[in-house]
Amino acid sequence: MTKLRENNHLVGYLFTAPFILGFLIFTLFPMLASLYYSFTDYNLFEAPNWIGTDNYRTMFSGDDQYWKSVSVTFTYVVASVPLRLAFALLVAMLLNKTVGGIGLYRSAYYLPSLIGGSVAVSIMWTQIFGDKGLLNSFLGLIGIHSTTSWIGTPGTAIWTLIALSVWQFGSSMLIFLAGLKGIPAQLYEAASVDGAGAARRFFKITLPMLSPIILFNLIMQTISAFMTFTPAYIISRGDGGPLDSTLLYSLYLYKRAFQFYEMGYASAMAWVMLLTIGLIALILFQTSKYWVHYESRGES
Amino acid sequence: MSIPVKAVMAGPAEAKKPSSKRWKPLVYHLCVGLLGLVMIYPILWLVASSLKPNDEIFSHAYNLIPSRIAWENYRSGWAGFAGNTFTTFFRNSMFISVLSTLGAVASSALVAYGFARIPFAGKGFWFGAMMMTMMLPSDVTMIPQYVMFSKIGWLASFKPVIVPQFFAVPFFVFLIMQFIRTIPNDLDEAAKMDGCSKYAIFFRIIVPLIVPALVTASIFSFYWRWDDFINPLLYLNKPQLYPVSLALKLFLDGDSLNNWGGMFAMSTLSLVPIFIIFFIFQRFIVEGISTSGLK
Repeated sequence: MTKLRENNHLVGYLFTAPFILGFLIFTLFPMLASLYYSFTDYNLFEAPNWIGTDNYRTMFSGDDQYWKSVSVTFTYVVASVPLRLAFALLVAMLLNKTVGGIGLYRSAYYLPSLIGGSVAVSIMWTQIFGDKGLLNSFLGLIGIHSTTSWIGTPGTAIWTLIALSVWQFGSSMLIFLAGLKGIPAQLYEAASVDGAGAARRFFKITLPMLSPIILFNLIMQTISAFMTFTPAYIISRGDGGPLDSTLLYSLYLYKRAFQFYEMGYASAMAWVMLLTIGLIALILFQTSKYWVHYESRGES
Repeated sequence: MSIPVKAVMAGPAEAKKPSSKRWKPLVYHLCVGLLGLVMIYPILWLVASSLKPNDEIFSHAYNLIPSRIAWENYRSGWAGFAGNTFTTFFRNSMFISVLSTLGAVASSALVAYGFARIPFAGKGFWFGAMMMTMMLPSDVTMIPQYVMFSKIGWLASFKPVIVPQFFAVPFFVFLIMQFIRTIPNDLDEAAKMDGCSKYAIFFRIIVPLIVPALVTASIFSFYWRWDDFINPLLYLNKPQLYPVSLALKLFLDGDSLNNWGGMFAMSTLSLVPIFIIFFIFQRFIVEGISTSGLK
């Protein structure tokens, strides 16, 4: 018996070795190194030079561009994540039917999120919102002559990125669809018999039953929104312009690290990002007990 | 006040039911179809623009029908930049995506079996570490990884992009674990009675049964590697090593700025592998997303 258990330990570690090694080499060690770099001045070519909390101090009080990038990122996250989830839920409810052609619709709505992460789509986006792009061409059709470059104007550029993110609601939609199919039909029937209208059924049945899925989506999408890089890089050709209006946090971090070789400063930025995301995830989890409905508790 | 209104409304609504029932599906298809068209219009426009002559692309941008099919866009786009054609870029993308996917899926399957079926000391800790890794922003590890790879002389090679994939991808481990959990334990027990080792159980019993999960993981791995931009941007700094995602960026740089047709043509081609896989494996993709929240 003891021999068998010993075997299990060894075999267990052998099977999970790829993850454990990878975790130590590519996650844990880099995390600690990054924490160390964040307290140093490091340009990649000379040894890191310990400067205490200077990087953090500069970030919080001496770098206007940093705060610009924070504000751009918050606008992006706060607008794109809820809009994307709201669209996903709305369309999922529309498609939660068994009518002819539903599979075709599902594919059409899912396609943008399938290809949305690619450089090709970001390039396409620059052309849609350019001065002679698709959007202005359509506006011209309805009599509005616009020569605005939506990606070249500081006030609108970030909104084209938000639109790109919302356009990719398809994968959340599929998750919601699976959730909607899991809600027992009797609940709706009983509510209808009791005279509950569509709005009431939505708020009293659909939303509570989906709330665990909404929480999961909200957390994962918030994290990935904070890390958005490729579209901002492509539409601003790597510099976050015009006037830093698309300078998302990851892009600014990249510029600091790989264009100015300020590895220490960029590492400090990465740690502030990690702590911010951790804090937001914690808040979402903590407040979830007030709005997330788990069946075991809610049945009574 | 509200009761009479309700009563009044109820009457005609009941009477109208047959005709409104006939109209309802039509209105539904009109709305959902129209919104669907808006959703895919940009994609149709991308493809249409790749077939338009250069001077036509932006003159009536909304128009999807080219006056003539301009295949020359594909030729001029494929010619690439400074002697590196898209043959090179597509070959690089394929090499990176296929090799990374093989490594990611094989290693993730091993790890998933270890976590799902073998009780060992410290399992809870390592599983927790894996779940944390899943939510960890890659910006935190990016710089030290870059330093590490530059110290061991791996810059300007495919290694930093491919090798980490061979150390299991938490999302895929999680997906495959979910799948292994649906396989009854009796099967393992029966095999153990017959004298099978854990390795034999994994390779002879588990692997054949988790093929659907492996297919799903492979599809997503391929997509993610194919679309990956930041890792090639960091590590593959020679045009001979560029994958398609990085090469497309060159169309936006200085000299090539005017070859719109070529840019649209190569953008379209870069999406073709994704579409082909989607149409073949649609079922796996939909199930993968619905069951595990893969993006």
